[in-house]
Amino acid sequence: MEKARIITASGDGGVVTAGSSPARLVDHARTNGWPRNPGMELDLSWVLDARVNLSAVERRVASLPGRRTVKKDAQAAWLLKAVTCIDLTTLNGDDTAERVKRLCAKAMHPVRQDILDALGMGKRSITTGAICVYHRFVATAVEALGDSGIPVAAVSTGFPAGLSPHHLKVKEIEASVADGAKEIDIVITREHVLTGNWTALYAEMQDYRRACGDAHVKAILATGDLKTLRNVARASLVCMMAGADFIKTSTGKEGVNATLAVTLVMLRMIRAYEERTGFKIGYKPAGGISAAKDVLNYQFLMKEELGREWLEPDLFRIGASSLLADIERQLEHHVTGAYSALNRHPIG
Amino acid sequence: MTVATYFDEMSYGPAPEADTEARDWLARHKSSFGHFINGAFVPSTSGKTFDTFEPATGKRLAKLAVGDKADVDKAVAAARKAQVSWARLPGHLRARHLYALARMIQRHARLIAVVEAIDNGKPIRETRDIDVPLAARHFYHHAGWAQIKDTEFADHVPVGVVGQIIPWNFPFLMLAWKIAPALALGNTVVLKPAEFTSLTALLFAELAAAAGLPAGVLNIVTGEGETGALIVDHSDIDKIAFTGSTEVGRIIRERTAGSGKSLTLELGGKSPFIVFDDADVDGAVEGVVDAIWFNQGQVCCAGSRLLVQEGIAKLFHDRLKRRMQTLRVGLPLDKAIDMGAIVAPVQLSRIEALVKKGLAEGAELHQAQIEIPKSGSFYPPTLLSGVQPTSIVATEEIFGPVAVSMTFRTPEEAVQLANHSRYGLSASVWSETIGLALNVAAKLAAGVVWVNATNLFDAAVGFGGKRESGFGREGGREGCYEYLKPKAWIGRKARVLPNLPELKPVVGDFSAPAIDRTTKLFIGGKQARPDGNYSRPVVSPKGKMIGEVGDGNRKDIRNAVVAAQAASAWSSATTHNRAQILYYIAENLSGRADEFAARIAAMAGSSAAAARAEVDASIARLFTYGAWADKFEGAVHSPPLRGVALAMPEPLGVAGVICPPEAPLLGFVSLVAPLVAMGNRVVAVPSEAYPLAATDFYSILETSDVPAGVINIVTGSAIELAKTLAAHNDVDAVWAFGSDELSATVEKLSVGNLKRTFVDYGKATDWNDRAAAEGTLFLRRAVDVKNIWIPYGE
Repeated sequence: MEKARIITASGDGGVVTAGSSPARLVDHARTNGWPRNPGMELDLSWVLDARVNLSAVERRVASLPGRRTVKKDAQAAWLLKAVTCIDLTTLNGDDTAERVKRLCAKAMHPVRQDILDALGMGKRSITTGAICVYHRFVATAVEALGDSGIPVAAVSTGFPAGLSPHHLKVKEIEASVADGAKEIDIVITREHVLTGNWTALYAEMQDYRRACGDAHVKAILATGDLKTLRNVARASLVCMMAGADFIKTSTGKEGVNATLAVTLVMLRMIRAYEERTGFKIGYKPAGGISAAKDVLNYQFLMKEELGREWLEPDLFRIGASSLLADIERQLEHHVTGAYSALNRHPIG
Repeated sequence: MTVATYFDEMSYGPAPEADTEARDWLARHKSSFGHFINGAFVPSTSGKTFDTFEPATGKRLAKLAVGDKADVDKAVAAARKAQVSWARLPGHLRARHLYALARMIQRHARLIAVVEAIDNGKPIRETRDIDVPLAARHFYHHAGWAQIKDTEFADHVPVGVVGQIIPWNFPFLMLAWKIAPALALGNTVVLKPAEFTSLTALLFAELAAAAGLPAGVLNIVTGEGETGALIVDHSDIDKIAFTGSTEVGRIIRERTAGSGKSLTLELGGKSPFIVFDDADVDGAVEGVVDAIWFNQGQVCCAGSRLLVQEGIAKLFHDRLKRRMQTLRVGLPLDKAIDMGAIVAPVQLSRIEALVKKGLAEGAELHQAQIEIPKSGSFYPPTLLSGVQPTSIVATEEIFGPVAVSMTFRTPEEAVQLANHSRYGLSASVWSETIGLALNVAAKLAAGVVWVNATNLFDAAVGFGGKRESGFGREGGREGCYEYLKPKAWIGRKARVLPNLPELKPVVGDFSAPAIDRTTKLFIGGKQARPDGNYSRPVVSPKGKMIGEVGDGNRKDIRNAVVAAQAASAWSSATTHNRAQILYYIAENLSGRADEFAARIAAMAGSSAAAARAEVDASIARLFTYGAWADKFEGAVHSPPLRGVALAMPEPLGVAGVICPPEAPLLGFVSLVAPLVAMGNRVVAVPSEAYPLAATDFYSILETSDVPAGVINIVTGSAIELAKTLAAHNDVDAVWAFGSDELSATVEKLSVGNLKRTFVDYGKATDWNDRAAAEGTLFLRRAVDVKNIWIPYGE
């Protein structure tokens, strides 16, 4: 296949070819150094060609939990890995600075040290993947996290509906980056998808990417609003073409948030994008993943559909607030053999 | 492995399903089983046993009894004794028994699943998530048929004692498919499980007895091929239901020929899996996993022939190869695998040999480079691409995890390649364009078609093949009929064949002679002289020559079949059009009713009134089938998915008809009309003694807009022409009414392409009895039901 022409996101007209090695970007500590997606020209024929058969998708995700499972030590390891991928999140109207600081403390010490010791993981630095907050609390979180290496992610662009004036959305990104956010979770304008206005979606996403500068940008598709898997597939492709580093399912505020079906479709688009451009795009399901056994299924899908690399926090994040508590209980159960309780683990 | 290593590697690790209960069950039986006859386990009369092995390890699992003649006799006698009482039970009580079996399967689901996985080698995921739940569903569904049988099948009775022989690939599911409908509809059963995989059948028998199933209703006899043969040959068995290889199916057809046993065969396949360029390619790739790497590819309906549109072939194969790399092969009881063990070393060698041949014939090999257990019978997921249709791997069923792939250019070519097979079991069509997908589904020669899906099964949806994939359906209403026989045919007496009068010498005189008429054959819409150019006299009961007809031979049959094959447009003609033509035939016959009556009276010596009544009945019968032509409809099944399965009656194709010796016109019409109404093309051999009613009929056909080749008439020796038709591999069905020798001959010779046969075993039909001689009894035999699964969703 002919290699896709890639336009660098800075929009300076410089063109690089997939497979060559663009400059590595400065990134937070846990990067594997994958080259950052520079985006590419909008390829409308590819977008419109995307086809997804709902029943086939459902069958795949329905049979997956029967095909893959992890037990005992392997399960503990996978759950611990999931912890490192969590974007520990608080996105509520009643958030305050102190609330955010408490969450940051939890992000730095997500699992009790005695449990880590018992698992033989006491010497490893186990933290969550990031802290995810509104712009207002970015500075607070950056300060609270200090030199822990944990990045702060800010939801942006008029989250969650994404209907603020475009120039204000761009300003909002710039403000969060200025406050120290290393990751920006933007929401797309769903109208562009629902009306098939792919050029508008592409242009908007390019603007967001540009505004982010060195900060990584996660494109929230709000899949619950897009309704059809074909819409999800097309929106995924357009956002990646416009330079998204991650594609993310949901704000957590839609009627339906992350599902395995939507995940499968988005992962297949990520794979197709890599197939064509050579760039690895990250994936972030968000909303509704609150049980340890659920997150394992997401991990299985990541490994099966994309590969081992996509199980690390530079390519996989999980937007969640209560998932961590359930994982902590499972880990304690693994260590002691007795079922655990929430109040045995520090609150986040 | 420590938590830290798993954390770094992110590998799966072992996830074994416990087998304690299953091993305990074996131990309770001291790993030794007898037959299950008349409600109890009994050792074989001969004391002979054989061993059954665990495919994943090669270790001996248990000792099983070899069923010999005495054992089979005992089982059949028990079944025979129980059958009367079982059939006499009110439907509701039989329904309670089947319901209890369904519940019992659910209560012991895990034990059954584990025993099955150990015994067969297939992954526990499949036995636990697919086989056992589907089996339970089968019993629930058929408990329902038992409940409503008396009203829904009021004009049918049970067949009687059924011999069932099932394969090793889905031991428990096939047992359910066989036993549930048989018992629901009032039959009793002697079942032989496959010698590799008898354990779940024995476990089922034990559980069924505990659930209160009356003694003798279900009997299990274990053993190898010889035991199967004893069941097939048993004179007190009324029906054989077999699932297995086409090779053995043929032998069974041959051995039961003329015995009067009802027969259903569910045989092999080489099913196409068609991917169009507008398909969800990733979905289709995953479909291949479910098609050919399900149950290690040991699936009769496995989508083993990938047909990929040329433009996307590279993309599709690249993604398929990538997907193969993430498949996991391992021990059957590992809960994190996709494929387990091949059932036995002998099967493994067969797969290896076929793949080797394929490679020698130019195929390109791709095998997943994944870990495979070192001991036991394992074979990696395999793709043979660039396979030419001439290669053995393109035509032979491999029955292993080996997909072969070819490309096509257009939908027409896809259909042509797909149908270019001796088999016709199932097919998968992948396209996101509804018009394309449904059009192709309709054109595929297969009993089951899955649109954007594969290997979906449900008790409410008939399953079964066309061509050499066998005949009969399992599941749904269409499957129920396989275990029933029409009340109207009970008590039919042996036919009294008419005495052929001797021709008396004639002395000419000087009165004005009638103008000599030459009766010809009717082939491809034209009157044709017989190839051999011999004639046969038609003699009145008084010995007077009424006329002469052509003495047709094998070449005339060949020509007639060619003409019938060429008339394929009839099979896709609108039902309204077919109805109109049948009415028009009736109209034109009615205009010449007197002439036909006189002819019948002259040939058969019947009274004028009786002859006239036969003509009138023939006209009415043509009306009946004109009526049915646009009313014999399929069904919309509702399997548990978001979508439907369309059960569509489809014509068989070209049918040979050997008309009964009696009722020269009504017999001919009674057999030809239902076939033609359903879209078949016919080669009819008229009554040997009284052929002129049929030959007179061709001028009616000529004036009734019947397209050339739809009805062909070849006069001559019924048995000789029947032999040619039955052995003809381009004839899809033969209906033969006459002597018992004729029935036996037709059934025996039908094995070449396993054509559908419909014979009367020398029993006379009262052609004037509408209950016995017209309607759905005939229409059902004039079609095959194709089930098209159509899942919905965007």
